Amino acid sequence: MGLLSLAIWTPIVFGIILLAVGRDEHAKAARWFALVGAIVSLLVTLPLYGGFQYDTAAMQFVERWDWIPRFNIEYHLGLDGISFWFVLLTAFITVVVVIAGWEAIEQRVNQYMGAFLILSGLMIGVFSAQDAMLFFVFFEATLIPMYLIIGIWGGPNKIYAAFKFFLYTLLGSLLMLVALIYLYRASGNSFDLAVWHKLPLSMNVQTLLFFAFLAAFAVKVPMWPVHTWLPDVHVEAPTGGSAVLAAIMLKLGAYGFLRFSLPIAPDASREWAWLMIALSLVAVIYVGLVAMVQQDMKKLVAYSSVAHMGFVTLGFFIFSDLGVAGGIVQMIAHGFVSGAMFLCIGVLYDRVHSREIASYGGVVNTMPKFTAFALLFAMANCGLPGTAGFVGEWMVILAAIKANFWIGLAAASALIFGAAYTLWMFKRVYLGPVTKDEVKTLQDINAREFLMLSLLAVAVLYMGIFPKPFTDVMDASVADLLRHVALSKLN
Amino acid sequence: MIDQLSWLAIYPELILLVMACVILLVDLGVKSAGRDLTYGLTLLTLGWVVVVTASQASGGQTAYGFGRMVVSEPMGNWLKCFAALALMATVVYGRPYAKDRDMLRGGEFFTLSMFSLLGAFIMISGHNFLVLYMGLEMMTLSSYALVALRRDNATATEAAMKYFVLGALASGFLLYGLSMIYGATGSLDVGEVFKAIVSREVKHQVLVFGLVFVVAGLAFKLGAVPFHMWLPDVYHGAPTAVTLAIGAAPQLAAFAILMRILVQGLLPLAIDWQQMLTVLAVASLLVGNLAAIAQTNLKRMLAFSTISQMGFLLLAMVAGVVDGDKLNAQSAYSAAMFYVITYVLTTLAVFGVIMLLARQGFESEDISDLAGLNQRSPLYAGVMAVGMFSLAGVPPLVGFYAKLAVLETLLATQQTYLLVLAVFAVLVSLVGAFYYLRIVKVMYFEAPPAHAPATIEAGKDVRVVLSINGALVLGLGLLPGGLMTLCSQAMSSLVKSLGT
Repeated sequence: MGLLSLAIWTPIVFGIILLAVGRDEHAKAARWFALVGAIVSLLVTLPLYGGFQYDTAAMQFVERWDWIPRFNIEYHLGLDGISFWFVLLTAFITVVVVIAGWEAIEQRVNQYMGAFLILSGLMIGVFSAQDAMLFFVFFEATLIPMYLIIGIWGGPNKIYAAFKFFLYTLLGSLLMLVALIYLYRASGNSFDLAVWHKLPLSMNVQTLLFFAFLAAFAVKVPMWPVHTWLPDVHVEAPTGGSAVLAAIMLKLGAYGFLRFSLPIAPDASREWAWLMIALSLVAVIYVGLVAMVQQDMKKLVAYSSVAHMGFVTLGFFIFSDLGVAGGIVQMIAHGFVSGAMFLCIGVLYDRVHSREIASYGGVVNTMPKFTAFALLFAMANCGLPGTAGFVGEWMVILAAIKANFWIGLAAASALIFGAAYTLWMFKRVYLGPVTKDEVKTLQDINAREFLMLSLLAVAVLYMGIFPKPFTDVMDASVADLLRHVALSKLN
Repeated sequence: MIDQLSWLAIYPELILLVMACVILLVDLGVKSAGRDLTYGLTLLTLGWVVVVTASQASGGQTAYGFGRMVVSEPMGNWLKCFAALALMATVVYGRPYAKDRDMLRGGEFFTLSMFSLLGAFIMISGHNFLVLYMGLEMMTLSSYALVALRRDNATATEAAMKYFVLGALASGFLLYGLSMIYGATGSLDVGEVFKAIVSREVKHQVLVFGLVFVVAGLAFKLGAVPFHMWLPDVYHGAPTAVTLAIGAAPQLAAFAILMRILVQGLLPLAIDWQQMLTVLAVASLLVGNLAAIAQTNLKRMLAFSTISQMGFLLLAMVAGVVDGDKLNAQSAYSAAMFYVITYVLTTLAVFGVIMLLARQGFESEDISDLAGLNQRSPLYAGVMAVGMFSLAGVPPLVGFYAKLAVLETLLATQQTYLLVLAVFAVLVSLVGAFYYLRIVKVMYFEAPPAHAPATIEAGKDVRVVLSINGALVLGLGLLPGGLMTLCSQAMSSLVKSLGT
């Protein structure tokens, strides 16, 4: 069994064992078992870091077996510089999420933890699949645990949110399924992504495929104007669900652009880049403004996620080294930062049971340690230099200015909005005098929460100060992707 | 000419016939309330039939018997094997349910099911229009009696009446259509009819006239819109054990008769019947999915879900012949076969859970009866959820690959209208996802009703079979390759034998 299979199946096996033998009477054992499972799953991904070759764009750690011979579908896994960090990020966030759900979840603990472990394995599968149908199966399978997580442990309006999440994303990906089957026929019965990357296609076909992929990935990212499901879902999802959704599931969509849209339909991608850039700028600016007027902290962070993901898609469709790499860096950074933001809201919610900004004020007086963490993550969310949030945004803006000054200017202006809504929320929640009774009696974070937040804080700072390990890994693959996109595939 | 080969071709049928009669007699002496001996013998017989059909099927030979009246070939043998397995599961799930409802005073539940399976086997084996028709009648007559087994229950008898009248009408359609085709071609043998049509010496109008009736009759049996009206009422009215007995194994036989008549007999008329099936498929997908949303009764909802699933199955059937060329036939018909097998597997799991929840004097028919099932029994809620996600076609469950195979075969034709149909099917399956998800919602997101017992009692046999059933829906989703190859190989030998 290869390293990637180990990374995928270890958490899934732990999750299935939890589901099978866990009982509510043994909640404590279930928590510890889940933590062990998550840590083991993280440990098995570490040898990937040691064995990764930096100087090649070829797939590494390849595993390839027949899976469904009838349709020539293969169990084909591989990693390159683009997908590498997401495997580690997923395993890392899962550990944090297990710690986050330690006390907040009291009902059916084994199912909660099991769902997250299985979800983790499935998402790693998406990032490492090199067969389109394998990708699709993992991509869609993630919906099932997330649907249950939102629906069982979510807030008051959880059922609406769970259905909206499931049906919205299903609609997008079903159109992609038709596109995948079309490509299977067009490529002479192959679901191999590498074959599809070389397949010549006419402009009309490329355009149709591009929009079919767009339907799936734009919903998942989510891009304006199909982002409306995200705030609803974030508000109702439990803290861990929000964190995983923002930190990793959104990246599945952005990752899809790099694996499917750009290399399979390069001509259509260039042709429609203006549309993608326009939609991205709308997300960055308009959704940033929408975030500013939110009363609900989770909604605010949800809209801020849409805006930040706008930077990602903007970077991709500028077609420069800096832009694509910046987009990927932004994805990783947003994984840490948005996960951390949602966990911070979770810390407050566990104590006060309100997400309204107005229910708080002066939290710093009663929770100084926690506020220090919150400040760091808020700064990272605004893109302060020295934090993870800065690197990706700066690279994308630089690339945008090189491509077109006005696009760069529009993107850069969004930094101001980002700072505005994040800092304004910070001020209203954490600073000022204590006016609410609930805030007066707040207990500062305990050791568990301290551990959880410091794990993320270390990641945010490390990535902000030494971004080189992150960019080094992707250089060769990004350059190769751009060379590929620059060539016309018209036949 | 009756030689040894002839007997070999109907070996499974003989076992069933003899054992059904033996069990009927043995049952006279059985006194226990659960009919333990009858039950054991039934399972034993079915197990024997499974082994025999599986070994015949894996041999891969095609053999004709009784002057080509019957045929034994891989597709038929596999379908028989799965039908026998399906009936085994039905009997296991259904026995406690039937016992609680006073349906086990005699052993009819077991023997009638076996006679119904015998009819299904004859339908699958038949290579002659009259044999096929006899098998169909045998199967449905046993089913009518099964539905009416609770003769003091008003809804059940009403359902039986409705089923009987409409079923008889459909049989009439079918028989009339077959007689027209006989009149035009001068033969009842499936292969001879094929050759006669290919020779172009027969009157096309008469053939197509007969074909319309044949398709209508078959659509009745499958439950395709607009011939679906009986299905929700019968599913709803029949005791749940019987609903499963007519909803699972007979679907495999219905698929077989579709293959024998439309493909092996009338493939040269594919252009005509594919058009008819297209209309039926589109209507079934629309009506089935939309009407299912409005149902509050679980069994009615599953009936409409069946209608929509049959629509998908028919979609695969319309992609077999393109411009008179049958290059795509193997892929299309094997997709349909995979679809029907996995559909039956999933249906078994779903009805198994429903029957488990039913107790004495409580039917568990409403969707709300499933509320909070996850808190009462995570295992059974899990089986039901796996079934629902599979019917909705969400990977990694087996229902997804069934839909994938059908979509693939539609796109393989490279016909624009079939591409449009594929997109349409995908979009209505999104509608379908809604009502399947609603079941999951009720089970997982809601609290159990106050009157429901905290745990669910089940016999060991039910628990084991249901767990295996659920695990298969998931396991075949992870590794569907084997079953797909099996269907593909079975169809390749059938397609090769066309016109012989």
